[in-house]
Amino acid sequence: MEAAAIFLPLVGAFIAGFFGRQIGDRASQVVTCLGVGSAAVLSIPLFFDVAVNGNERVVTIMNWINSGTFETAWALRFDTLSAVMVMTVTCVSSLIHVYSVGYMSHDDSKPRFMAYLSLFTFAMLMLVTADNLVQLFFGWEGVGVVSYLLIGFWFKKPTANAAAIKAFVVNRVGDFGFLLGIFGIYMLFDAVTFDTVFNAVPAHVDDTVTFFGIKGHALTLIALLLFVGAMGKSAQLLLHTWLPDAMEGPTPVSALIHAATMVTAGVFLVARMSPLFEYAPAALEVVTIVGASTAFFAATIGCVQNDIKRVIAYSTCSQLGYMFFACGIGAYPAAIFHLMTHAWFKALLFLGSGSVIHAMSNEQDMRKMGGIWKHVKVTYAMMWIGTLALVAVPPFAGYYSKDMILEAAFGAHTSVGQYAFIMGIGAALLTAFYSGRLLFMTFHGEPRADKETMDHVHESPLVMTLPLAGLALGAIFSGMIGYDLFIGEGRFDFWRDALAVVGEDPIEAAHHVPAWVVWSPMVVTVLGLGLSFHMYMRRPEIPGQLAAKFPGVYQFLLNKWYFDELYDFFFVRPAFWIGNFFWKRGDQGTIDRFGPDGISSSIISGARRLGSVQTGYLYHYAFAMIIGIALFVSWIVVGS
Amino acid sequence: MNGFVENLPLLSVITFTPLLGVLLLLTIRADDPEIVARNSRWVTLWVTVGTFLASLLIWTNFDSSTADFQFVELAAWFPEFGISYHMGVDGISMLFVILSTFLMPLCVLASWDAIKTRVREYMIAFLILETMMVGMFCALDMVLFYVFFEGVLIPMFLIIGVWGGARRVYAAFKFFLYTLTGSVLLLIAILAMYFVAGTTDIPTLMTTDFPFQMQFWLWLGLFASFAVKVPMWPVHTWLPDAHVEAPTAGSVILAGVLLKMGAYGFLRFSMPMLPLASEYFTPLVYGLSIVAVIYTSLVALAQEDMKKLIAYSSVAHMGFVTVGIFAATQQAVQGAIYQMLSHGVVSGALFLCVGVVYDRLHTREIGRYGGLVNNMPKYAFVFMLMMMASVGLPGTSGFVGEFLILTGVFQVNTWVSLLTATGVILGATYMLYLYRRVIYGELVKEDLKGMLDLSRREIAIFATLCVVVMWMGVYPMSFLVVMEASVTKLITDYHAALDAHALASGLVDGVRLALGR
Repeated sequence: MEAAAIFLPLVGAFIAGFFGRQIGDRASQVVTCLGVGSAAVLSIPLFFDVAVNGNERVVTIMNWINSGTFETAWALRFDTLSAVMVMTVTCVSSLIHVYSVGYMSHDDSKPRFMAYLSLFTFAMLMLVTADNLVQLFFGWEGVGVVSYLLIGFWFKKPTANAAAIKAFVVNRVGDFGFLLGIFGIYMLFDAVTFDTVFNAVPAHVDDTVTFFGIKGHALTLIALLLFVGAMGKSAQLLLHTWLPDAMEGPTPVSALIHAATMVTAGVFLVARMSPLFEYAPAALEVVTIVGASTAFFAATIGCVQNDIKRVIAYSTCSQLGYMFFACGIGAYPAAIFHLMTHAWFKALLFLGSGSVIHAMSNEQDMRKMGGIWKHVKVTYAMMWIGTLALVAVPPFAGYYSKDMILEAAFGAHTSVGQYAFIMGIGAALLTAFYSGRLLFMTFHGEPRADKETMDHVHESPLVMTLPLAGLALGAIFSGMIGYDLFIGEGRFDFWRDALAVVGEDPIEAAHHVPAWVVWSPMVVTVLGLGLSFHMYMRRPEIPGQLAAKFPGVYQFLLNKWYFDELYDFFFVRPAFWIGNFFWKRGDQGTIDRFGPDGISSSIISGARRLGSVQTGYLYHYAFAMIIGIALFVSWIVVGS
Repeated sequence: MNGFVENLPLLSVITFTPLLGVLLLLTIRADDPEIVARNSRWVTLWVTVGTFLASLLIWTNFDSSTADFQFVELAAWFPEFGISYHMGVDGISMLFVILSTFLMPLCVLASWDAIKTRVREYMIAFLILETMMVGMFCALDMVLFYVFFEGVLIPMFLIIGVWGGARRVYAAFKFFLYTLTGSVLLLIAILAMYFVAGTTDIPTLMTTDFPFQMQFWLWLGLFASFAVKVPMWPVHTWLPDAHVEAPTAGSVILAGVLLKMGAYGFLRFSMPMLPLASEYFTPLVYGLSIVAVIYTSLVALAQEDMKKLIAYSSVAHMGFVTVGIFAATQQAVQGAIYQMLSHGVVSGALFLCVGVVYDRLHTREIGRYGGLVNNMPKYAFVFMLMMMASVGLPGTSGFVGEFLILTGVFQVNTWVSLLTATGVILGATYMLYLYRRVIYGELVKEDLKGMLDLSRREIAIFATLCVVVMWMGVYPMSFLVVMEASVTKLITDYHAALDAHALASGLVDGVRLALGR
């Protein structure tokens, strides 16, 4: 059963990918939906068996790479953490599969699309059920590649191709850190299997190592290296630039990969490695600061973007920041809880916006929308549900998870915890603002689209709205249902050893914060929504006036803090320039010039010169002989 | 069956079967050159397939539990000089024999339509090449090794010089000049070793202690030859030219097997025979390899010619290999050997990918292509898989080697591992950039629209390669098991020699100290 839940999506991907042309579009869609759907069905009893009944297990399939003491196997590890992830991934993924049948109905490579989606699901499942770091890396790279393929799915668009490469390469920068972290772990523990490593952690708490000339606390250095990988995959500050561009992919891809599942892999990694991170307090502080900063930074950009998908993309980036700083203060259960609820409501928001884009004849610019809510009532309702969950209004899912994170940050009573709390509250305000802005700009006000588009506005078919309804159920109820198990009284029996906490339990501390802390997220949410209502419904001229009054700030935010320009200037262009320089000046100008070409030409010219000595005049030869004899004789004389 | 195999001089059979094929080719008599060409292709194909199947017997009968040489054949050759015909394989060399025989039928198939002139001579050159390559990996006598090692050059020189592209003569001479310079120094080193040990028998030389001063010079002599073959920076500039001008199958063998000869030399000679010097020069190797990885990766980014780009990427990938070998840990060396095997298959496949479009459009210029996925989806898939293997995606062969190398090196030197690992980022950059320019985008150029997807013959070639790449990625144990014992012995002996030396010099120091000097 365990293996079936993981490998059925792969089977679906294989059939649709290689035989899609033969079996046709419909059959490809059916076979992939069936594969992922059955995995989802299997994942639920599996979740209850593993997480609720406590039957953790590792299913070993076969050896993978063994060399000396280095050992890895293909194995499926089922504990509470992976069971939660498997259930979330397969359920969300199967809904998105169904949605894609409708969304991609006008595309001419449906089998390829469905195969990619299923392949992605398989890679993600391998990632979350990995029993060792190398298999985790397999899934990690696997989702990265499929993400690359799907961002560039419309390969005729140059922007899509550029975004795809950018996503892969930026992720590789993160992977570079991740790899070094794995090497460090092997160096310290002589193993890369989770159980072996975790059991050995307490024995290495005070070890110091020298990496790259830096002598330091071993676990901290390793944790930081792993976190670099997590930053890349989860689009945290400095390595976030690929995520907004990834919106070039079809919308179901944005929902599945760039919101619900793949981008949360970094959070998952930190949570999975929590027994190690817990002994690396300095690294945890870095995690907290990066997470909190990203949460705020991304939210600021989200407030001024005009592309509906990019707004949600920055929102994702920001929400991932919340998850990270939750990990950083040790509230891993809260982070994973938010990961789970976020998967539902963010997928809902993306698919809802996909439904809008579908209705608006592929228009993504919110400035060209407005006034369509009467025509797409179901979508409109779904978007409200998603938004309320995102801005954490009770009783929607986000309320339970996000408030817990903020309270835990305050309850940590550390300076980084306070920083995270302040940033988190600020981000919550901005979240409410940009979410309201998105809804009001898209659905209300005067229609700004041309007449032809407006005439075509229509509600999406059932095959798209039904999955939306499924996700909406999750966005409403997952918080309520999961609260007790994930972060309530039942959490100890639920998580057991899957997540580690050393010292004070931050979830417990979160229950003892002052009342104003509990209320403040609610207050800022209402403020943010109210502000957006005021600015985009009652006085729609204000945003333009603000932008005109503060052009510097507006441009700075609109251009995403100029990260892309900086990276282009410092990394991309120099790489090409240096490459050209090495080639033209290094290989051709130096090595060849003084090497083979130089030698052969000097041999030729030397031979010519030597040849010119042979003049053919007898007296030249005679003269040379006399000089030769003279030298020879004097050598003998001097030598003796 | 077993008795039959045991009594057969299997290695000699595999080495010299291709030469029998040459004789067969010479007997073809026909007036119509078309018939000669067709018969030559078929005869060569069957001979190489037969050789490959025979070589699989070595694998199935190979005993992975021992590090000793197996299938040993020993016959006197010049007994008065202590030179013998000594053949045998261990876990390090066996898989290279398989790699050589495996690639050969694919090369014949790849040349099927591409080579139209002097087909018989072309096939003869390839068959001789195969004999030389297999013989080189089996040779257990330095003179024998040298004969094969240098013998490889001649058919390759001809393949580039006769069937190559426009600047083939320049490329062939550059290739010859570089490799021959190295060879002279190799020969001198072999002679020096002979005068010390009185034999050219490789297993004997492995147990011979050369004094450090001598190791120093011997090592440099060997290094000159092997570094050119790898090729290491800065003696790599022959490779891009040779690749660009060589016919597709020539590139496949060049990248697939010939590039492995240098690294194999390090493993077979430098490390076991000259451990002290190897350790002494390790920083040099690290330095050159890291430069190779970063420098050539950046150069690859700037290329406009598909073959040149892949040639430069080969230099970068071989940089991983040399780092791994000299790190001298179990993982690093096993990884290095694995990386060589994987690179043999993957870069061979990538050159074949270039060959596919070159056969259709007769240009290698990247800018002339674009949007091929629209009319060549099968080709796009194969290219994608090989590209991913080249950038070391887990689940493909490329990952296992790179990962093991970097893991092993990290244990010895974190800086070297870090700098080498930058190749992981750069490798993805230039390969994805290449793929985007060739495969993706709109199909706008008129002359591309008529290009046909892979033919059946091409599908047969690539399907084989894809299966091997995936197999090597998902279940690498089939290969790692073979080399484990031999690598363990290599590493153990290497470190034992270093320790013994350290102990001896420590003793000397101790005695000096005790004597109060």
